[in-house]
Amino acid sequence: MSTEKTPNTPYLLTAPGVLFFAALLGAPMIMTLLLSLHSYDFNLGVQSDWTFGNYAEVIGDPYFQKIFGRTFGLALWVTVICVAIGVPEAYVLSRLNPRWRSIFLLIVLGPLLISVVVRTLGWALFFGGSGILSMVSQALGFGDEPVSLMFTFTGMTIALVHVLVPFMVISVWASLQKIDPQSEDAAYSLGASKMTVLRRITLPQAMPGILSGSIIVFALTASAFATPAIIGGRRLKVVATAAYDEYLSTLNWPLGAAIAVLLLIANIAIIVSYNKLVERRFAKVFE
Amino acid sequence: MSFLKFDSLRKEFGDFVAVHDMSLSVERGEFISLLGPSGCGKTTTLQMVAGLLSPTSGKVILDGKDITNTPPNKRGLGIVFQSYALFPHMSALDNVAFGLEMRGVGKAERLERAHNALNQVKLGQFVDRFPKDMSGGQRQRVALARALVIEPPVLLLDEPLSNLDAKLREDMRIELRLLQQDLGVTTILVTHDQEEALSMSDRIVVMQQGDVSQVAAPLDLYERPLNSFVSDFVGKTNILQGKVTDKNVVSVNQIAVSVNTEAHVVGADVALSIRPEKFTMSSDNAGLPVRVKASIFMGASWLYSVESDMGELLVTQPNTGSAGFARGDSAYLAWEEGALTVFGGVQA
Ligand SMILES: Nc1ncnc2c1ncn2[C@@H]1O[C@H](COP(=O)(O)OP(=O)(O)OP(=O)(O)O)[C@@H](O)[C@H]1O
Ligand SMILES: [Mg+2]
Repeated sequence: MSTEKTPNTPYLLTAPGVLFFAALLGAPMIMTLLLSLHSYDFNLGVQSDWTFGNYAEVIGDPYFQKIFGRTFGLALWVTVICVAIGVPEAYVLSRLNPRWRSIFLLIVLGPLLISVVVRTLGWALFFGGSGILSMVSQALGFGDEPVSLMFTFTGMTIALVHVLVPFMVISVWASLQKIDPQSEDAAYSLGASKMTVLRRITLPQAMPGILSGSIIVFALTASAFATPAIIGGRRLKVVATAAYDEYLSTLNWPLGAAIAVLLLIANIAIIVSYNKLVERRFAKVFE
Repeated sequence: MSFLKFDSLRKEFGDFVAVHDMSLSVERGEFISLLGPSGCGKTTTLQMVAGLLSPTSGKVILDGKDITNTPPNKRGLGIVFQSYALFPHMSALDNVAFGLEMRGVGKAERLERAHNALNQVKLGQFVDRFPKDMSGGQRQRVALARALVIEPPVLLLDEPLSNLDAKLREDMRIELRLLQQDLGVTTILVTHDQEEALSMSDRIVVMQQGDVSQVAAPLDLYERPLNSFVSDFVGKTNILQGKVTDKNVVSVNQIAVSVNTEAHVVGADVALSIRPEKFTMSSDNAGLPVRVKASIFMGASWLYSVESDMGELLVTQPNTGSAGFARGDSAYLAWEEGALTVFGGVQA
């Protein structure tokens, strides 16, 4: 048997995966795209014409503009808070001794083992008007009114941060693992204080992990459905829940499809330009 | 008074003793090598001097001051790590300037001094390169410049040449030694390469399992090793087991060898050590008859493995331009009595 590689081998080997994705991901996406280009009549249903009307409607309508604004604002906030919590968490984890580290890693990643819906329902119980949060704040004398974070931006942010912070931790953790600990010793011996070492040596080297973690968290928040649906509900819609409502409540499928496509495009545009920025900044330094 | 002193330095990891109470005095401007096999505690010792490990007991005294509990960022020592430990997110120039920045040197001055330091290690045209775009030798020099630019009282080098290829390593040995002498900086080099230690140091500390076996100048160490471990580790040597049969006579496999035995009683088991290059090998019928088992041309010399009644011996002879002995040839070995060293007991 010849061991020589044929140039086709890589394509043949990836073919099953490509087919799988094309059939199960590509096809529905293309169908969604096509659907979004039809108009909808409340009496006659989906028409067979071709139009950009749905897009014009979404882009022009202040109602949808607000939803898009809220979604990306939420994504930004959640990302910023995940960085603020996840980076120190990953750093502390990387400094623990191996036995404690595996225990804490399990605690950090444990939530991933529980369904998002279950976890969010937990938050809902916690946030609700007669929930623990409300009882505690009343008991502490912060006010006599029951407090509720249900259907609030803050509530959504907290619940999403809880769901997504493990992704940030894993990503930062991976890049911290790659740092040569001697480079920190070197800075230390050159006269840097421990804080300076952290700021000037460790953090910049962990940057690729922080940046890729941010992309993951941002994208997952912008397209999150379950948590905003439960905590934000109808009162505080995000793009994903708005699209869902168009499909299932209004039954205006083409408009729902247009919203979904716009979300995808916006998400891709933001992530790609962010990535470009990052690459330009760090290409010189890291392979 | 000596400049840098280790006073019974000891380091334990759990119940494993990595460095046994080690004492050493280093003079100002001296180049000291810590030499020993892997795992003997060289790096541990160096890190205690650097302050990156705290000793279990004992003291480090620098210029009369006890610095045992001074943190590394207050010691001001220059360290070149085995992995170089450059900052991957900084250019060569910024790497070198970092230590000056930490000392509050102004921007213009620190860039100029960093530039000069890089020139000194012949990297003047690579100031803007990032570590990942540099060869091992260049990285090593950046690390050296980074350590030297802060004008440290002591330079600590942890196997700085071990990642370089053989040719570059030899060049760097000379460069490093010249630089060290020009600057007059007290230097401690950690190495497991005996050639490196012999060629660069003023004195060598041979370590074995956390203990100091011998401290001596290179020539003394080579010619007068204190025990067979040192003689075997530093340079090549032949170790022969024998018995003192008479005053100044040691019998090795029933062959009487004359050697000074004044430190040993008649009847004692001893080991004889003789270096391969101390033999003269010829076809004149004089001395110990041998048969050549293997003959290897090394360029500057020939290396032979020969069989004799005393056992198998390694022999090196200078290349004089004519063909050497070939495999299977018979020859005779002669040596001077002073070339033999006697160690007590049966030692490995
Ligand atoms: N943190 C540690 N915990 C436990 N044992 C250690 C630790 N660091 C080093 N040792 C042990 O101490 C001994 C000496 O280590 P050290 O790194 O000083 O060796 P070395 O002489 O520098 O060897 P090499 O030439 O391989 O670098 C080794 O046996 C090593 O296993
Ligand atoms: Mg070492």
